[in-house]
Amino acid sequence: MIMDFIADGIRKAYALAISFDRDVYEVVFVTLWVTFASTVVSAIIGIIFATIVSLNEFPGKTFVVSLVNTGMGLPPVLVGLFTTLLLWRGGVFGEFNILYTPLAIIIAQVFIATPMVCGISLSALQQVPKNFRLQIRALGASRIQMIITLYRQARIPLLAAIMAGYGSVISEVGAALMVGGNIKGSTRVLTTAIVMESSRGNFERAIAFGIILLVLSFAVNLILSRLQQKGH
Amino acid sequence: MKCFINRINVFQLYCKHTNKILVAILWMWIAFIFCSHKPFVILATTTSVYDSGLLDELIPIFEKEYGITVKTLAVGSGKALALGRHGEVDIILSHAPDEEEVFMKKGYGSRRFFLMKNQYYIVGPACDPAQIQHLVSILDAFRAIAQRRAVFISRGDNSGTHIQERRIWKTIGIVPDGESWYHETGLGMGETLSIASEKDAYTLTDRATWLVLKKRLSLEVLWKHSEFAIVYSLIEVNSNRFSQINAKGAALFTEFLLSQRAQCIIATYGKDTFGEALFAPVIALTCK
Repeated sequence: MIMDFIADGIRKAYALAISFDRDVYEVVFVTLWVTFASTVVSAIIGIIFATIVSLNEFPGKTFVVSLVNTGMGLPPVLVGLFTTLLLWRGGVFGEFNILYTPLAIIIAQVFIATPMVCGISLSALQQVPKNFRLQIRALGASRIQMIITLYRQARIPLLAAIMAGYGSVISEVGAALMVGGNIKGSTRVLTTAIVMESSRGNFERAIAFGIILLVLSFAVNLILSRLQQKGH
Repeated sequence: MKCFINRINVFQLYCKHTNKILVAILWMWIAFIFCSHKPFVILATTTSVYDSGLLDELIPIFEKEYGITVKTLAVGSGKALALGRHGEVDIILSHAPDEEEVFMKKGYGSRRFFLMKNQYYIVGPACDPAQIQHLVSILDAFRAIAQRRAVFISRGDNSGTHIQERRIWKTIGIVPDGESWYHETGLGMGETLSIASEKDAYTLTDRATWLVLKKRLSLEVLWKHSEFAIVYSLIEVNSNRFSQINAKGAALFTEFLLSQRAQCIIATYGKDTFGEALFAPVIALTCK
């Protein structure tokens, strides 16, 4: 029975993928675009923040680090709830009419992925010996050059951080559903489409979307992994 | 000369920041895309209508003819009305008559129309452990389920169906909460039906969702009565109360849904796929 479902799902996924069904492509396109944007933004914020924290000594550093590590386990639905409260018409940013748009999903997903990227980057950057940094500076590198060298040195774990961030946003459904509203053609992403199709009883379609999601996730990770493993 | 050097400096400065400027332009462009004001109305609808797929038929026609985008949120009637009370949505499609009247009385809504009808069924395992099959009154059916302690799955999500179910328990004076045979899912009708099917339990369902999903469920219709109808209302949220309401868009959407054309789509929707129409229009029609 279960095997039938999955086999049907694979068949349907293949059929959907080659059917050029507009609805399916819309969902895939929105998913790609939203996850790309939120991954890029959270990678930038996360890595910059991690750099600042790891290169400086200041009181309460341990506190900040544990705050970031807690953020790595932030429940998406909670982020969704807070983002909704901020963005809805009666909320602080209500007049921008952002709720139930792709931008709302991106904002929520940035809150989810940034601590993830930041936490892993932090441990990546802190793993580079302090003497290495001092040595580069002693060789006459500017601060910026030193940071760039540091990034090169920690390239593998930094890319792992970005992959983890991407993984958390593409698989996330709670926040996307709450702030996006699963609106067709606008905020319907693969995960929310799976929820909808399974509640409508279209299990083959739900499985098909699931398979497309896995393939997408794999493809993006493949690209990032190739970047990561270059020269290894 | 000094001025010229200054200019070069400005130019160099510009080159140095080209990347940043490009990024800023990119973001402005993205912001423009998202904030460009295409007219839209936000519709909060009950899950039963959404899951039936009827709106997927109706909305594209409206969007094409009126040039207004409809953003549909599938929530229960209770939440739909709550969103309306906060002015978060422009128009509501719900089925919770008493709550709707309170909503109108308190001035949250400006206009209310009956859109279409559906029906309540009690579904359960074919063996019918509580023997409700031949009962006429729904009150007796609920009483029998409680007396035999047959497993009953409740929506528990403050939806129209859930509110109706609570009202029946209240009428017969039974408090099912905490009883071992009474379970709340807090989910939509589709999920609740699946759970009832897995657990061989009774549940109160609307006819449309039942017809859509019945081929996957090991449940039977054990009680129905044409008098026990669900009436869906369309409520426009009062724009005098909330400044951001798109009253004009909402009025056009209402006009469209009550038009002969839309009502005929409602009257025939589901006949091909499910063998019978899922909803009944409220006005007498002559459709082609």
